[in-house]
Parts: sequence; C-alpha cells; structure tokens
Amino acid sequence: MPLLRKLVGAVLVLGGVGAVAGWLLSAPVRLDAETVAQLGPGDAARGKRIFYAGGCTSCHSKPGSQGDARLQLVGGLELKTPFGTFVPPNISQDPKDGIGAWSVENLANAMLKGVSPSGEHFYPAFPYASYARMNPADIADLYAFLKTLPAVAGKAPANSLSFPFNIRRGIGLWKLLYLSDQPVVPLPDGTPGPVMAGRYLVEGPGHCGECHTPRDFAGGTKKNAWLAGAVAAEGSGVVPNITSGEGGIGDWSEADIANYLETGFTPDFDSVGGAMVDVQRNMAELAPEDRAAIAAYLKAVPPHPNGYPPRKKPAS
Amino acid sequence: MRKLVLAISMLAFAGSVASADPILDRQALMKERGKIAGGLSKVVKGEESFDAAAVLTALQALQANAEKFNAEALFPAGSDTGDTTASPKIWEDKVGFNAAEDKLLADVKAAVAAPPADVDALTTQLNTIGGDCASCHQTYRVKKG
Repeated sequence: MPLLRKLVGAVLVLGGVGAVAGWLLSAPVRLDAETVAQLGPGDAARGKRIFYAGGCTSCHSKPGSQGDARLQLVGGLELKTPFGTFVPPNISQDPKDGIGAWSVENLANAMLKGVSPSGEHFYPAFPYASYARMNPADIADLYAFLKTLPAVAGKAPANSLSFPFNIRRGIGLWKLLYLSDQPVVPLPDGTPGPVMAGRYLVEGPGHCGECHTPRDFAGGTKKNAWLAGAVAAEGSGVVPNITSGEGGIGDWSEADIANYLETGFTPDFDSVGGAMVDVQRNMAELAPEDRAAIAAYLKAVPPHPNGYPPRKKPAS
Repeated sequence: MRKLVLAISMLAFAGSVASADPILDRQALMKERGKIAGGLSKVVKGEESFDAAAVLTALQALQANAEKFNAEALFPAGSDTGDTTASPKIWEDKVGFNAAEDKLLADVKAAVAAPPADVDALTTQLNTIGGDCASCHQTYRVKKG
C-alpha cells in the first residue's frame, strides 16, 4: 500500500498548502500609510455633498424614513439577495451601537478597503468595490459631515447568509478579483472636465454600477456590460440599462438625465420608482453641475444592450 | 400650452371609453396622468411660458384623473399577473396603497383650490405631486424588462 499512502500524503500536503495559501490570500488588507496621509483634516460642508452622492441614507436610515429622519443612520433595512439577507448596520454617531467611536482612518479602511476596525472583511453589499475609487480627502470630508449627524442607539439585526457566504474570510479572495481603485471606463486625455467629474461620481461615491450592472457567478460586476442594467440583486424586477445601447437611455439628452435626477420625471413623464426613489432624492440634493456631470458621463460610457433578459410576454 | 389643453381633452375623451381589461384601463389612466404632469413640468422647466388659466385647466384635468382612480375596479384580485408592472404589494397592503392614492388626490385638490400665480408656486406644487408619484411607485410598482 505504499502508493496509496503516498497519494494520501500528497493530497494532505497539497490540501494543507492550499489552505495556508487561501488563508494568506484572504487576509484583510488595510490602507497603506501614504493613502492615510492623504486623508487630511476633512470639511463637513464638502462632506455633505459626498454623503448625498454616496446615498448613505438610502440603506442606513430606518426603512421608510422621510425628511430629517433620513439623517438618523440607525440601519435595519433588509436586502434580500440570492446570497442571503444583508442588513446595513447602524452608522450613526452612537459610540456603542454606531460608529461614533471610529477614527477617520477606520472609516477610510471601511470604505476604501472593506475592512472593519477590528480587522474583519465587510461584505460587498456595502459597496466598497465602488468606494475604493474615491479620493481619500473625500472620505475625510464625509467623516466630518457624519460627525454632525445625530447619535441613535440600537443595533440593527445581523446578516443572515447561507453557506459558504457566511464565511467572512472568503471575501478576501473576492477582493483579489474585484477590488480595485482604477476607473472602469478609460477616458482619453483631453476628455471634457464634466465627463471626468461624472465618472468619479458614478463609478466612485455614487456606486451606480452596483445595481445597474449585471453580476457574474461570484457576484462581481461585469465590466464588459457596465451600467447595462441587471436583474435586481435585491427585491424583484429589473434595474434599467443606463447606457445608450438598445433598451437604454440613448434617446435621453443630457438635460433629460439631469432633470430626471433632479425632479424624478423621465422625458416621457413617467416617474421614478422602486429603489431609485431614494437615490433620486439624494441626487436632488446635489448641485446642478454635479447632476450635469453624471449626465455627461452616462452619455460617454460605451453602449451595451440590456444586461437582463427580455420580459416574458404572458400567453394570451 | 393650447396644445396641452387640447391633448388633455382628447385624452379625457379616450379615458372615458373604458375597456374590459383592468390592466389596460389602469395603464391608460396612468399614461394620461403622466401626460398632464409632463405638460406642467414643461412650464416649470421654462420650455413653455406660464399661463395661469392653462395651468389651472391642467390641474383640474389632473384632479379629474385622480378622482377616476378606483382601486377596486382597476386592481381587482387576479390582475397581479400578466403584462403588468404592478407590485404584489398592492394586494398585500391595500390600506397603504389607497392612502398613497388619497394623498395624491388631496395634494392635487389643494393645488386646484389655490391655483399657482407664477412658475415658482407651480414648481412647489408639482414637486409635491411628483413626490406622490415617486412614493407610490417606490413601493407598488416593479420595473420589468
């Protein structure tokens, strides 16, 4: 039986090497000192813009909140996905239940690296795969603005995920595949300023691609169908194609897009709906030039046909 | 603006010819509603000049449209399937659905009762009304491919 013993030995060794490699590769990685140094002092007034561009309140306020209640970031919304149910946590200034005790570096590590203060991976339902493209100084501004918001006690319920997605360490491997601070759409030198500014808002803080881009088997966004629309990862129905490809918004002018983000009316006088309602409310808080920049970028992204299957017409 | 008034009267006529299909009926009603709101939004955007009488006519048309909304007739049991973007939540939460519609009617009535004298006043009213559209579509409509 020496052969069998050798085989078993080889499998054990290989398995052991694989496990060690997986463990090492999946380790949470924090920001380097150079990036931390770029955070700067932070400015709450500028941070307000980042707060609304990022739509923090859409997921982190109590579901159904209106008006000032949207600034109580107590968490608790349930995002029901194929991986299980994600529950955005309390990110209010409560030092115990929220993030009131976090340093600016803690927030930067969370948003740019998906790593918690205790060194664990966050699930990418928290869209750090987009936030990773943000400027560190904007994180510091956001931190300063969050400090002006109320502390609200109360922990949101925990996530409820199925195996193997309930193993946090595995996210480290996911990050190797999908976490990058590089822009999705390359833009040549000489691209107009608004398009560049729009790219930053859409691909970074705005995290539009998280819902508007279809995902692959491992839950990463498909960069070759960027913003092409997708079957909703959460809830039901589809999220529309916002490129100029077939089924998209090619017939919307830049002014149409900017107006929609401001008022919630489409060019054919339909209204915003679904999860976009909260997003549009946030977009309405931005300056007109930011909405115009988003529109300019959306007109510049490569066109794709719909990233979701056509509706099945019912048999009549 | 005259075109808008004409379009509204034609739509109102078309809307009065009810079909037997609640899904088509409610879609027609929503389309009409959108057309009216869209006409008003042109004034708000400055694409058309403000004409107090025409704006009031449009708001009255919007009120007539909202009053035609009958949730029982338009969303009967069983009309949640087929070529519709109605969310199942309409039937799960009839109270909430009716409340959303009632809020729209109340806001439109308030606008008709205090007709806007200028674009700014209309903008405020249309923002409220548009917010009603969005709130209802947030919960009770599902986008489909």
